[in-house]
Parts: sequence; structure tokens; C-alpha cells
Amino acid sequence: MALATVLFAMWGFLWAGYFALDGFDFGVGMLFLLLGKSEAKRKVLINSIGPVWNGNEVWLIAAGSVTFAAFPAAYAGIFSSFYLLVALLIATIIFRGLAFDFRSKGERRWTRTWDAAFAVGSIIPAFLFGVIFGNIFRGLDMGPGGFSGSFLSLLNPYALLSGVLFLALFAYHGSAWLSLKTGGDLNRRAADAADVSLTFLVLSGAIFIVYTVFGTHMFDNYVNHPGWWTVPVLLIASLAASRYFLMKRYSAAAFLASGFAVVMTVFFAVVGLYPNLLPSNRSSTFSITISSAAASGYALWLMLGVLVIFMPLVIGYQLWVYGVFKSPLLEEVVMKDEDAY
Amino acid sequence: MNALELSRIQFATTTLFHFIFVPLILGLSVLVAIMETKYVRTGDRIYLRMTRFWGELFLINFALGVVTGLFLEFQFGTNWANFSRFAGDIFGTPLAIESLATFFLESSFIGVWVLGWNKVSQRVHLFSAWMLVLGANLSALWILLANSWMQHPVGEVIKAGKVRMVDFVAFFTNLYGWLKFFHTMFAGFTVAAFFVTGISAYHLLKHREREFFLRSFKMAAVFGLISSFMVFLVGDEHAYDVAQTQPSKIAAMESVWDTRQPADYYLLTIPYPGHNRNLVQTLAIPRGLSILATHSLSGKVTGLNSIPADQRPPVTPVYLSFRLMVALGTLFILLGLMAVYLMRKPDLHRRRWFLWTMLAALPLPYVACELGWTVSELGRQPWIVYGLYRTAAGVSKNVSTAEALVSLLGLGLVYLGVTITDIYLLTKFAKKGPPRELAQIIDLDEFRST
Ligand code: HDD
Ligand code: HEM
Ligand code: HEM
Repeated sequence: MALATVLFAMWGFLWAGYFALDGFDFGVGMLFLLLGKSEAKRKVLINSIGPVWNGNEVWLIAAGSVTFAAFPAAYAGIFSSFYLLVALLIATIIFRGLAFDFRSKGERRWTRTWDAAFAVGSIIPAFLFGVIFGNIFRGLDMGPGGFSGSFLSLLNPYALLSGVLFLALFAYHGSAWLSLKTGGDLNRRAADAADVSLTFLVLSGAIFIVYTVFGTHMFDNYVNHPGWWTVPVLLIASLAASRYFLMKRYSAAAFLASGFAVVMTVFFAVVGLYPNLLPSNRSSTFSITISSAAASGYALWLMLGVLVIFMPLVIGYQLWVYGVFKSPLLEEVVMKDEDAY
Repeated sequence: MNALELSRIQFATTTLFHFIFVPLILGLSVLVAIMETKYVRTGDRIYLRMTRFWGELFLINFALGVVTGLFLEFQFGTNWANFSRFAGDIFGTPLAIESLATFFLESSFIGVWVLGWNKVSQRVHLFSAWMLVLGANLSALWILLANSWMQHPVGEVIKAGKVRMVDFVAFFTNLYGWLKFFHTMFAGFTVAAFFVTGISAYHLLKHREREFFLRSFKMAAVFGLISSFMVFLVGDEHAYDVAQTQPSKIAAMESVWDTRQPADYYLLTIPYPGHNRNLVQTLAIPRGLSILATHSLSGKVTGLNSIPADQRPPVTPVYLSFRLMVALGTLFILLGLMAVYLMRKPDLHRRRWFLWTMLAALPLPYVACELGWTVSELGRQPWIVYGLYRTAAGVSKNVSTAEALVSLLGLGLVYLGVTITDIYLLTKFAKKGPPRELAQIIDLDEFRST
């Protein structure tokens, strides 16, 4: 049981890593058409994440496959319950992945088409992740045979609100990234975008929290174990700090703080969910929990060992890649670079 | 049609699409890394141009490999939830290792390789190329070990109706899995070799960049000869292992109805599944099948009629796919031999008939790969885990027919659309040829001095 809880924490860590990393990719994709008023600007925007997005996306695959290995029943329950949403999410995220390599391989209209695909392939998946996780927080209509609600029941107001919240969060995180990676005019626009998205984030976040208090059990753990309040406190503090750093033009600190805020958002949810991976809102006996979903001790030890060996390596070389591409992108330079997307 | 049938079609469609792109990733990554290594070793700029040109095609193809793979990772959960619950204890682990140990490697170093030409040193750039090779081929290893466990389960026990992993070492050392890996890896190398010889032949026919494409052709021809020979060698061993582990599959692959000892091999067979026999079987090689399936002159081969009817795979497609794959495999060795023989003559570029042949052969290894998977996966039916769990039991119970239909049509269209787009781009850039002016290529030496 203790072992399974450690893996539950790792599960949370992988999702947190995924959203903290691919989150800013999504943010850049959302802002792409709004800020990218010229080809040079668009090149800067998309190339700012060009070398890293693929590595970020693999955190999703890692989170999914570790769910499979450590909590097979949760993997089965979650992905089959959200069937069409997952299919749509992947169908659209495909276009984002292709836009990088494809956009500069044709004439103007071709480029325009892939630019639109890039935006759509960022906005829709980000929103759908929010919808899916919103439903998880709220609990699904699960009986003895698993999920028995309809597809439309997944599009309830709370889940849609959660989708909006994810959009705002990623837009903010993406703006923070851009304030680090761009210069000149684009940099100023990114700062504006950060302000607007933070406003949206605070607004939707406030409604979301009220809704969560009354509509879900997410706060039960916090009431019972007040020590955990540190997580939401850190979340709010890091958001405030990132706003402050943005104002002071400490871009790197601002970006790290907004990334930390994303991590805390996921931790906030994971603590609230514990010990559920997919709660049932009919009765807790039908919930998918750590103990009902966990793989055998043998498999869990193995998974833990693999994580302990590979995660530091992965984080190490991913940090190295970020380091290689650390310098901000300039419009003149990107336009001349034949390899740029 | 019900959700089960639709899910089967969807799995088949999405994986078959994924496997259009995977083999070229496995093989072309190696060829490009060799080209770059030669450039770094010799400083000969033609190798830099080769790295650039073939690397561009590699990337266009790579993008599709990545995006078509994404849904597959979740499809076990979306469509095969019961299978995932049943088998997750052992089946999830290799998938997790694949993403943590290999997808991360590949996806992180690809950024450096593509955009890092003037950001990192020559050596680090070359290192990234080899990390791509490692990432791609090791990811194949892990996914194939997972798949091989479905074909020949080892290392587990069944407890309370579910699989429990008890011996990871047995899982990892599954002979069947390693044969599958090497067979698939060399199949991927063969695809890449014929890809490069085919496109080189095209340009030689058009009298363009003779030096450039002659070198590419020669390098790929040697690579292709070795690979197609290895595919054959490992494939033969693989078939032998199938015979040991999955009697119903080998019987379908050879369309053997009556158990025979010793068993002859028939060069021409027409299955007649409706009547549990072959319509035609002729041109016998005495004891051929015994040798193939048991490595002995008098080995026994179990026929389909000794296997309960509800445990037999569909015979005709499995049999035809296998025959055609083996025929193609033999053809590749012959073409490889000819290519290596003719490329040593000074007038290769004038042997138009041969160049046309090599161009025409470009798609064939792809066909062989898709056929191979048809043998492997269709031949496993009706089991999702051979002998343990039926495909029909593995499907998600809470996915409706309508939902399965929507996702099949939606994903099918997306996969088809992006595949056509990708083939269009590959053709366009393959035809365009390498950039003419060396100055257009960012030169490693240049930035080193700055
Ligand atoms: C270039 C492609 C290619 C070529 C020329 C061949 N194969 Fe193959 N074959 C594959 C590509 C492939 C594959 C797509 O990679 C498969 C699917 C699953 C696997 O392990 O490899 C496969 C499967 C496969 C299987 C099914 C194993 C199973 O149950 O999973 C057997 C027995 C063989 N092959 C044997 C052969 C033999 C005897 C060949 C003789 C030349 C041959 N293959 C040529
Ligand atoms: C990329 C190469 C692959 C191709 C082209 C391929 C092809 C297919 C096909 C044609 C089917 C449908 C069989 C049927 O239902 O009649 C199928 C089913 C399936 N395959 Fe594969 N496969 C591939 C690799 C894999 C791998 C690596 C795994 C596991 C790790 C796997 C797991 C499955 C599962 C779970 C099903 C569904 C259940 C079933 O129909 O048996 N496949 N595949
Ligand atoms: C049905 C089972 C399969 C699943 C679930 C699967 C999953 C995936 C996923 C998620 C990706 C994208 C990785 C990324 O974003 O970087 C991918 C790419 C890839 N897959 Fe598959 N795949 C399957 C079958 C296969 C097979 C049979 C092979 C090889 C024999 C293979 C080899 C590759 C390679 C080489 C790549 C591209 C490079 C990479 O990013 O690592 N896959 N696959």
C-alpha cells in the first residue's frame, strides 16, 4: 500500500511535469495567430519551442504508460470512459506535431494552413485536457460495470469551466516563456498577453474554486489534513511571484515561477483526489482507487526502479537541451536560419 | 458491426499506418548517422550534403512516425480496457520503459539534431545522430517485447483471473521477442536501403548529381544486401520459433489441415477453408515443412483440423501474406546481389533497366512489412494473448458501437489525410534533390571558426 502510494505520487509528478512543459507549448500555440502578425514573428514563436516540444510531449506518453504499468485498472477506466474526448484530443494534437516540420515546406497558402493547424492543435487539446481532468475531479457516473454516463454528460459546466481554466493557465505560462525567448515588439506583446491571460486565470480560477468547494469532494483531504494547504498557498504565491518577476523583467524567474505554479496546480488536484484515481460520484465503492487499481508489488517495485533510474537521466539531458537553445530568438536571425521551421 | 469489430478494424488501421513510417525511421536513422560519421571523419563535404539531403527526408517521415504513434499508446485503454485490466501487470511495464528510456531519448535529441547545426560542436551533433539511432531501435525493442508477450506469454501467472508478473527476466529474455526485434529491425534497414537506392536510381536516370547519388546508391546497396540477408536468416528462425510456440499460427501460415509427420512443403497451395482442406497442393518439396518448422527431417507438424475450430485464425489471409512476404524477401536478396554487383561497374548510371527496377522496387519492402504484421497479428487470432485470453473478451465494454464508429472514421480520415500529405512532401523533396550550392548548407567548419 505504501509502495502504491509512492507510485501515485510519481503519477502526479509525471502529469505535473507534462503540464508544466507542454503547457507552455500549448500557450505559444494559442497565442501564435494573435501575436504572430508577420512571418518573422511567427517563425520566432514556433521556433521558440521548436527544439523542445517533442521532448515535452513525451511526458504525456510517459504519464499514460506509467499509469498503465502501475495502475492498469485506472488506465483502462480513464481512457475508455473518456473515449471520444481522447480520440478527439489525439486527432487534433497530431496537427500540432506536424505543423513544425511542415509549415515551411510549401508556398504561402500551405504555410498559412499549417499555421492554423498549429493553433487549433494547441487550443483544442489544451481545452480537452481541462475537460477530462475536470470530470475526474468531479467524479464520473460509475457503477458496478464502470462508466455508465453518456458522452454529453462529460460536457458538464464544471468540466467546461475546467477547460477554460486550463486554457488560461497555459496561455499565461506560454506568455511567460515568450517573455524569456523573444525580444523587441514581440516581447512587449507577450507581456500584454501575460496580463490578459492572468486576468482570465484569476477570474476562472475563482469561479472554479467556489464550484469545486460545493460541487466536488476535492477539498475533503484539505479539511482533514490541514498541512496540505501549503500546496494551494504555494500555488498562489508562485503565480503572484511570477507576475512580479514579469513586471521587473526577470523573465527567467517569471517563467520558472509560472512553471512551478502549474506543478502546484497538478499537486493540488492530486492531493485532493487521493486515494482515488478516478472517483465515482455514485458511490465510493465504485471509485477506482490506488488500492483497487494498483499492479502487483513485483510490478510496482520494478516500475519504481525504472523511474528512479531513468527520470534523473531524462531530466538531465532535457535540461541540457534547454541549455543549448537558451538564447532568445531574434527575428532577423530566425529568418536567415535555413533549418528553422 | 459491433464495437468489437470496429475496435479491431481501428487497431489494425492505426497500427498499419504507424508502421508505414516506423521502418524507415529505424533504417534511415542508421544510414544518415553513418553519412554524418563519414563527414566528420573525412571532412569530405559530399557526405555533409548527403547527411543534409537524406536527413531532410528522414525528418519528414519521422514527424509522421511520432504523431501516428500517439493514439496507439492510449488505444489499449480506450478500446481494449478489459485486456488492459487483465494484462496490465506485465504488459504495461515495457510500454512505460519504452517511453522513459527511449522515446525521451529520441525526442530530446531530435531537437538538437535538427536545429542545433550551428549551436553545438560537430561531435555533439554527431552524438545526437547516434542517439536517434539508439532511441528509435530500442523503442522498437520494447514495444516488440510487449507484443511478443501477447504472442507467446512468459514470466506471468494467472491469479484471480488476472495476469501477475512474476519473472521479468523471463519476459525480457523471451527468445520469440528477440527474434521479432531483429527481424523487424533488419526489415526496417531493408526498407531504408531500398528507399535510398530507389531515389538515387531516379536521379541517376535523370542524369542529376551523378557523384552524389552514386555514392548514396553504393552505400545503401551494401546496407540493403546485408539487411535483406539478415531478414531472411532471422525470419527463418522466427518461423521455427512460431512453430514451437504457436501451432495454430504456423498451421495457418502454411495452410496445413491434416497433421503430418514428416510434412512436405508445397510450393503451390490454394486453401479451401470452407471444407477444412486445400483445394490444390502441389509441387512438393519432400520433408520441406518438417525441416522448416522443426529443424528435423521427420518432425511432426500439427494441422488445423487437430485444433478446435474456434481456436483457428483466418487461414487464407495469413497464408497468402506469409507466402508473399517470403517471396518478396527472396527478391530483395536477389536485387541486393545485383545492385552490389553492378555498382562496381563504371557504367551503373547507364544501365537504365536496372535503375528503373530499383526505383520500382522502392515500395516493395513496405509491402513486405505490412504483410508480416498481418501474419503475426491475424495469425494470433482469436487470441489477444495467445492461449490465455480471447480478443473478444478484451474489448472495452462501455464503448458503444456509435462511439467506436465515430472514432474509427475520424481517426481513419485524419491518418489517411496526413499520410497522403506526407507522401506528397516526401516525393516533392526527394525529386528536388540536394541543394546545389554548397554555400546554401550551413557548414560545420564555418561556425566552428566563429
Ligand atoms: C522488409 C520486410 C520483411 C521481409 C522481406 C520479410 N519479413 Fe517477415 N516480417 C516483417 C518484415 C519482413 C515484419 C513486418 O517486420 C514482421 C511483422 C512482425 C515481425 O516480427 O516482423 C514480420 C513477421 C514475420 C513472421 C511472423 C512472426 C510472428 O508470429 O509474429 C515470420 C514467421 C516471418 N516474418 C518470417 C519471414 C521469412 C522467413 C522471411 C523470408 C525472407 C521474411 N519474414 C521476410
Ligand atoms: C506496428 C506494427 C503493428 C501492426 C501493423 C499491427 C497490426 C494489427 C492488426 C492487423 C490487428 C488486427 C487483428 C484482428 O483483430 O484481426 C492488430 C490487433 C492488435 N494488435 Fe497489433 N500490430 C502491430 C503492432 C502491435 C504491437 C507492437 C502491439 C502490442 C504492443 C500490438 C497489439 C495489438 C492489440 C492489443 C490488438 C487488438 C486485439 C486483437 O485484435 O488481437 N500490435 N494489430
Ligand atoms: C501498437 C503498438 C505501438 C505503440 C503503442 C506505439 C507507440 C508509439 C508512440 C506513442 C510514438 C510517438 C513517440 C514520440 O512522440 O516521440 C511512437 C513512435 C515510434 N514508434 Fe511506435 N508504437 C507501436 C508500434 C511500434 C512498432 C511495432 C515499432 C517498431 C518496430 C515502433 C517504433 C516506433 C518508432 C521508431 C517511433 C518513432 C520515433 C520515436 O519518437 O521514438 N512502434 N510509437
